[in-house]
Amino acid sequence: MKPLDPRLVRTAAAVRTHLAVSVVSGVLVTGLILVQAWLLAHAIAGAADGAGTDTLGWAITAVAVVAVLRALLSYAAEASALHSAARTKSQLRRRLVAHVTGSGRVWTAEPGAGGEPGSPKAGELVTLATRGLDALDDYFARYLPQLVLAAIVPLAVLTVVFWADWISGIVILVTLPLIPVFMALIGMHTQARTDRQWRLLSRLGGHFLDVVEGLPTLAVFRRAKAQAAIIRRVGEEHRRATMGTLRVAFLSAFALELLATLAVALVAVEIGLRLLGGHMDYQTALLVLILAPEAYLPLREVGARFHASMEGVAAAEQVFTELDRTRGTARRAPGAGVEPRRAPPPTGAASPATAGDIRFEGVGVRYPGRDLPALSGLDLDVRAGEHVLLTGPSGAGKSTLLSLLLRLNEPGQGRISVRPPGGEWTPLEEVPAEDWRRGIAWVPQHPYLFDVSVADNIRLGAPDASMERVREAARRAEADAFVSGLPQGYDTRLGERGARLSAGQRQRIALARALCRDAPLVLLDEPTAHLDPENAAAVRTAVARLLEGRTAVIVAHDAGWAAGALGAAPRVVSLPLPSPERSVPR
Amino acid sequence: MSTETGAAVERGADRLADGRDPLRRMIALAWPRGARFALGVLLGAAATGAGIALLAVAAWMLATAADHPPITALGVAVVATRALGVGRGVARYLERLVTHDAAFRTLAEVRVRVYERLAATEPFGRFRSGDLVSRLVNDTEATLDLLVRGLTPPLVSVVTGGATVLFLTTVYLPGGPLLAAGLLLAGLAVPLASAALGRGPGRRQARARGELSTALVDTLHGAPDLVVYGAMDRQVARVNAADEELTRMARRDAAILGFGAGATALITGLTVWAALLLGVAAVEDGGLDAVSLAVLVLTTMAAFEIVAPLPAVAARLGAIRASGARLFGVLDTPAAVAPPTRTGLAPDSDPTVRVRGLRARYGPDEPWALDGVDLEIPAGWTVAVIGPSGAGKSTLASVMLRFRDPDSGRVEIGGTDVTSCPADEVRAVVSGVPQDPHVFASTLRENLRLARPGAEDGELWAALRRARLADEVAAMPEGLDTRVGTHGLGLSGGMVQRLALARALLANPRVLVLDEPTAHLDPGTRDAVIEDLLDAAEGYSTLLITHDLTGLERVDRVYVVREGRVIQSGTYAELAQEEGWFRAVSAR
Repeated sequence: MKPLDPRLVRTAAAVRTHLAVSVVSGVLVTGLILVQAWLLAHAIAGAADGAGTDTLGWAITAVAVVAVLRALLSYAAEASALHSAARTKSQLRRRLVAHVTGSGRVWTAEPGAGGEPGSPKAGELVTLATRGLDALDDYFARYLPQLVLAAIVPLAVLTVVFWADWISGIVILVTLPLIPVFMALIGMHTQARTDRQWRLLSRLGGHFLDVVEGLPTLAVFRRAKAQAAIIRRVGEEHRRATMGTLRVAFLSAFALELLATLAVALVAVEIGLRLLGGHMDYQTALLVLILAPEAYLPLREVGARFHASMEGVAAAEQVFTELDRTRGTARRAPGAGVEPRRAPPPTGAASPATAGDIRFEGVGVRYPGRDLPALSGLDLDVRAGEHVLLTGPSGAGKSTLLSLLLRLNEPGQGRISVRPPGGEWTPLEEVPAEDWRRGIAWVPQHPYLFDVSVADNIRLGAPDASMERVREAARRAEADAFVSGLPQGYDTRLGERGARLSAGQRQRIALARALCRDAPLVLLDEPTAHLDPENAAAVRTAVARLLEGRTAVIVAHDAGWAAGALGAAPRVVSLPLPSPERSVPR
Repeated sequence: MSTETGAAVERGADRLADGRDPLRRMIALAWPRGARFALGVLLGAAATGAGIALLAVAAWMLATAADHPPITALGVAVVATRALGVGRGVARYLERLVTHDAAFRTLAEVRVRVYERLAATEPFGRFRSGDLVSRLVNDTEATLDLLVRGLTPPLVSVVTGGATVLFLTTVYLPGGPLLAAGLLLAGLAVPLASAALGRGPGRRQARARGELSTALVDTLHGAPDLVVYGAMDRQVARVNAADEELTRMARRDAAILGFGAGATALITGLTVWAALLLGVAAVEDGGLDAVSLAVLVLTTMAAFEIVAPLPAVAARLGAIRASGARLFGVLDTPAAVAPPTRTGLAPDSDPTVRVRGLRARYGPDEPWALDGVDLEIPAGWTVAVIGPSGAGKSTLASVMLRFRDPDSGRVEIGGTDVTSCPADEVRAVVSGVPQDPHVFASTLRENLRLARPGAEDGELWAALRRARLADEVAAMPEGLDTRVGTHGLGLSGGMVQRLALARALLANPRVLVLDEPTAHLDPGTRDAVIEDLLDAAEGYSTLLITHDLTGLERVDRVYVVREGRVIQSGTYAELAQEEGWFRAVSAR
């Protein structure tokens, strides 16, 4: 991890501003440190020579002025740092959101799987974009200015000390570079050792959480009380292992502290003896003594703040990794959310083809990193107005087929063609995805409800829908009754992920959403899979209304499901588990 | 539970359960290690003190040398300067080792105490959300933070601050109080004022951050819905608006939050100035010699190192106190079951279960979760309880496993009312698969042996075969030694349920309770798991709690529970004929 990531500097304009401000204030602070040291040495030495407050008054007043200036400068630097941090966080956050939502990675992940290995889950991205980036506050306000000071102050102090007394200058010049060298050496050694220990430490450290989480299970088997002794033993092992690591890890701080203090002591003794021998004057000796610790102080501060501040840098680094990864994935899964060249620009209206026929010819999909295809050699015709029920075992590719129709995925082999009523067959990829989706109403297995009002959730696919239309959709989805019972009716905010509602109610809101969209093609994915019988019955009633007069492709685990829900008997298509050779009869 | 551990739990509970400030209660937990912490504080004070003393001695040496005395006059000072230069680093290193060691010792003990308290009270109602459990564990770890970073630095500051002030008082009487005032302002008043000033912006920004976080969660988790419904652009606009609001506030609040840094610098600078002013005037008046002036000014300047760590401590203590409050909130929960009033439930009791007039609720103002439930499981029968979510089914399982007391009514096993028996006696007879069974971060063997310590591999394989998991385990390269759980292999939902079932079979209870064994499984797996569960349950008295109809044709009797009451019961065939809820939901 670099103390100053060049990508951070390049990306965020606020970082450059902040660096400039830090350098200017760093130079000013350095100047004030030198002035203060000289003033103090001058006043103390002057008083020793018998000068009184009348001759030294100006110097003493100047010390107060320097104090006020340094305070103002600290305040301004801190405020400006937090200001820049806020702007940088905003810039990084917006880039992250734009990339992640624009590239398609968040929704092209294989259904039911966690997506590409190593890539963070959605929850981790949220944490990264909020709390993770907040760690940049410390980096900006505490670390970067200190880093700038660590570059300027030692040099300035060294110059002044050389000018005042070159022998002291040489002592500082020799010891100062030793600090970074020793720290790096020790750091490297520690790092290797810590890396080796990490697995052990994290296993021992995680043991307590594991046991507490499993306490109900332990209680059932009457093993709960026996675990106390094990917790004690693991805690002891954890302590011993941690202390072993810390004994080494603290060495770098030890080296820093030791060298810095010892160097000051050496300088003090050396100037003391030469002062005694009459080889230097009192004021110069005082100046060197006051300045010597200042040369080491910024280095110590940078060292002390390094770890806390690196959290922010780590978060920023993760953001950059994410930005790079996003592009890479889009290449590997071709067409994932990216418009193929052949498609004309979207027109902003629903494609007429959604009201027509759909034909799959030898369609296959294989997710990256999987041995078996998710779908292979599929031939299927869906005629306008028809209700097709897809059944088959888990892993047969039912959800993958839906994702093709949703244009969240593209076939690796074969082709999908569509024909608007009275029109010609055209490849599906020549229809702009946006236009195609405008003609689709979709109810997934786990519909996502947003933390906005019920009404806005229902009109997700029809933002201009009137309140009457929303209400009508809810009525037909068997949702009006419970929505009206909410504290603010249709204006009630649903809470994170629709937490206010039960699974069955969420499913009915999703159906209302589909009804409100009023699209000719309906896609349903196991809409009653996780519901108790009562809610499932209500959902079936709503589904029956949704399907009236529309083409539909419905994924269901067993065919019995649809018996009552679909008025006319649907056509049942059973998908086998995919193998490279087999194809599905029409 | 042996009486000895029982008494230990009680003592631990006493120390945990009182009404004092959470911070003080956490400190009380560290009390047994007080001597080690005291040593740590002394070492810390020695380290900080050495830095200040180094400058004081050096100032004395220079001021003395300026008068050109014989070299012997400087001898002691030269030695002292070098010793202090080395001593500071050594003392700091030892301080960190000693305090960390004491803190980790304390943490290990606190974990045991917390665990014993949890094991004694079983507040599993709070375990529903995994977040709460991990927060409880993090709150326990906050002890470490409190001792190392929250408590030691201020104590070190008090010791070194006091010593330096005393020393300066002997050098020049007004110098001591002057430094004391400066240190108190910079070390106490400024951090407190900063914390107070920061509270408003903190609250404001927390609200804005909450909005942003919600919008982001919606965007990323709801991405497919947003894309399909063409609403992604609008959603990104919502995120950006929330971001803009937060950024606007953070930029405005920066002006307030810079206060602390400025005030500390001002107080430091002005204290040195005052020392210089008073000192020079005193030298002029003859009240102070030139050597003492140098010592006075340079010591004052160096002394502000004492308060440097304190602003961070003030911010940290707030977070630690909140952790403590949450931790003790859970630990102060009274035990979920009343002390047993009888014993004598034999492990080989007749496994006939008879539930009579069972009523239970979660608080005086809550609706009844169970409202007069009667049901019967004759020995060797499998009985299913079905009903919509929230019908009280899981409360029934909790009562049967003695996770909670009923408010009234009886649960008889072989004629003994178990609701007044010790929990462990009941669990020797009743066991099973709890909702969301836990897989421990360990080997498969250890996970299984939990139910029967010391079981032979042959017994483990037999249980795995009955749970239909033997083939999968045999196919794993390390077999029973395969590590599973957090740091091992992730098991699929179906495998977790089968593992939990195998574990329950190993415990070999008389009565098997299966609480929603298929709750998070996809439909295909669900059917297979239920089939295998029912096969394995042959020969036990089994209570299957479920919210869907899968496999109900195979059970001996089905009870339909709604709103805490049994509204229908009978065989699957009977219920399918009978006018009512069951037919209504299964026919559609």
